[in-house]
Amino acid sequence: MTAAPPGRVDFGPRRKPIRLGERASAVVNTRAVLLILVSVIGCVLVTAAAMMLGDYPVPLDQVVQILSGADLGFANTVVLQWRLPRAVAAIVFGAALGISGAIFQSVTRNVLGSPDVIGFNAGAFTGAIVSIGFLGGAQATTTLLALAGGGAAAFLVYALAFRGGVSGTRFIVVGIAVSMALTAFNTLLVLRMEQRVATIAMTWGQGDLENIRWQQVGPMCVILAAVIACAAALGGRMHQLELGDDAARATGVRIEPVRLALIAVGVALTAVVTSVCGPIAFIALAAPHLARLAAGSSGTGPTGAAAVGALLLSTCDLAAQHLLTVDIPVGVVTVVVGGAYLVWLITWKLRRTRV
Amino acid sequence: MPVDVPTRAAVRTPRRHPPARLGGWAGRSAVLVAGLLLLVLVGAVSLLVGAGGLSAHAVIGTLRDGADGSRSAIIVWDMRVTRTLVAAIVGTALGIAGALMQAMTRNPLADPGLLGVTAGAGLAVVITSGVFGVTAFLSNVWPALLGALVVSLAVYAIGFAAGRDSPTTLVLAGVAITSALTGVTTGLALIDATRFNTLRTWMAGSVQGRDMSAIAQTSVLIAIGVVVAFLIARPLSQLALGDDLARALGVRIGATRIAGGAAILLLAGVGTAAAGPIAFIGLMVPHLARALVGPDLRWAFAYSGVAGAIVLVAADIAGRLVIWPAEAPAGLLTAIIGAPFLAVIARGAMR
Repeated sequence: MTAAPPGRVDFGPRRKPIRLGERASAVVNTRAVLLILVSVIGCVLVTAAAMMLGDYPVPLDQVVQILSGADLGFANTVVLQWRLPRAVAAIVFGAALGISGAIFQSVTRNVLGSPDVIGFNAGAFTGAIVSIGFLGGAQATTTLLALAGGGAAAFLVYALAFRGGVSGTRFIVVGIAVSMALTAFNTLLVLRMEQRVATIAMTWGQGDLENIRWQQVGPMCVILAAVIACAAALGGRMHQLELGDDAARATGVRIEPVRLALIAVGVALTAVVTSVCGPIAFIALAAPHLARLAAGSSGTGPTGAAAVGALLLSTCDLAAQHLLTVDIPVGVVTVVVGGAYLVWLITWKLRRTRV
Repeated sequence: MPVDVPTRAAVRTPRRHPPARLGGWAGRSAVLVAGLLLLVLVGAVSLLVGAGGLSAHAVIGTLRDGADGSRSAIIVWDMRVTRTLVAAIVGTALGIAGALMQAMTRNPLADPGLLGVTAGAGLAVVITSGVFGVTAFLSNVWPALLGALVVSLAVYAIGFAAGRDSPTTLVLAGVAITSALTGVTTGLALIDATRFNTLRTWMAGSVQGRDMSAIAQTSVLIAIGVVVAFLIARPLSQLALGDDLARALGVRIGATRIAGGAAILLLAGVGTAAAGPIAFIGLMVPHLARALVGPDLRWAFAYSGVAGAIVLVAADIAGRLVIWPAEAPAGLLTAIIGAPFLAVIARGAMR
């Protein structure tokens, strides 16, 4: 490490200070910026592919024309009403899941502590099943009950695993245990229902973006944007919390309210996504990791996690639509990819960080 | 963020056993006999309960008359007797497989269901049934064994690579593998819905709908596994002292480990082929057995076998009652009972 010249601070090789005049300045992590750029380009490419491919192929030049306002008849319906909402949903929901994962991993101080691993998804599914099967299944009811169910499950796991903190694999195993019990319970509930409703519930339970239309995407995007704004406002204090309670308090964070607010934001993000398209596993787990891996920053930055989450989910959804002869739920794809990722993580990554 | 991993001293596995509560050979035998009586009692209840609206009197009459082709005979003999037998046999197999696994891995959280062995067997069965259209029982056994073998080796390798310090790491690896395999199974099921429809109840872990010849084949294979387990119980207990001391006591370490692994595969693989992937019995039952008889493996195996049978038969009965008049597969019930148990053990194991 060479001494910084007078008047300048060395922020490290990957960080560049940017100054705008005398007062405004910021330290920018160049690799994080690169990561976000690459993710955005990736999302655009995947979305373009998603617009083109399918039973009714639309060439790229037509897609561009349609998106810039031309009317090409049936192709317009296919692209604007069927394919675009799904692609937009994949990007927005992926980003929301990524942020939610970053928040949960930060609050639990545990790299595996994302909402899907600790039982949140299973709880949200329980709430949604109760709504779909027994209360008529209106979108608002489903959203609220999924929120309540997921929150209750997360709280249960936290309470069961808490022993002066929730770090370590104990938290994860308790989360897995609660998940498994809830999954079995969910299946019981589905078996109780009549065939037609049970089919809806089971399809929902696999995590599917297939039947997404603008009337679902629109309101959800507004809600998610509001919640993501809250997350952005809390982002700085989240990094302070990661220093540990004492250090965070010393740097001026009111710990309990901030932590509670963070948990509320994380729960809301996952629950909103889950209520629309069912539990989609592993995006929330993997996105923050991959963002950290690529950007090399120490904290689980919500922005990078959002970018990677969006890219992950839209890619998985593209694969779910076109990889096999039939359209499979995206949740199945993320489970397979994410399970393999988790195996790799446990085998190599955690071992190395431990030593 | 560093993962807080407990030190070896904090997670000594298996943990110190609570002092054995049943002293002496006579006391343990008495409790074992009581357990067998309880099993008979639960089995009798299993014959009496279920859809079909037969009174207890009618069931007893049918049992006395034998299988004569009447409606009540079909309900009692072809449905209730077979499912009770399957539940008892598979429960025994999974209980002993769990006890063996916990002894061999020295991991209090080991369970064939939790570590992905049954999921591997399940995927193999689904693939063979789907691709080759096989539905006969005996042909399911070999793919199930192969799937169980592959996944066991994979989990073992992962657990080995991740270090042996943490009992939960192995469970995490198992759960990760299980979820990936389950995803593949679900994907396959979605590609060809009609063909896999027949396997759906099997995939949830059900003891229903097996015929007598399948039960006979299952029980022979499982009996072999049980005999092997009891034969290696003593050297396995000595292995718990450490490899060096065990060698000094005359234990053939490699042979014991291979025999143990083969017995686990046989018990868990055949059990899965017969009743689908059923988790948590192998986790719960050995803890109960050790609490009663302490670390002596022969007794632990005997108790685990009997208790496993009782739990699975009881879970099957509960599955018939809980969403009456529909039926829930027994595997769901064992998960609902067993998962909280896992949470409790995980809390304790990580103290």
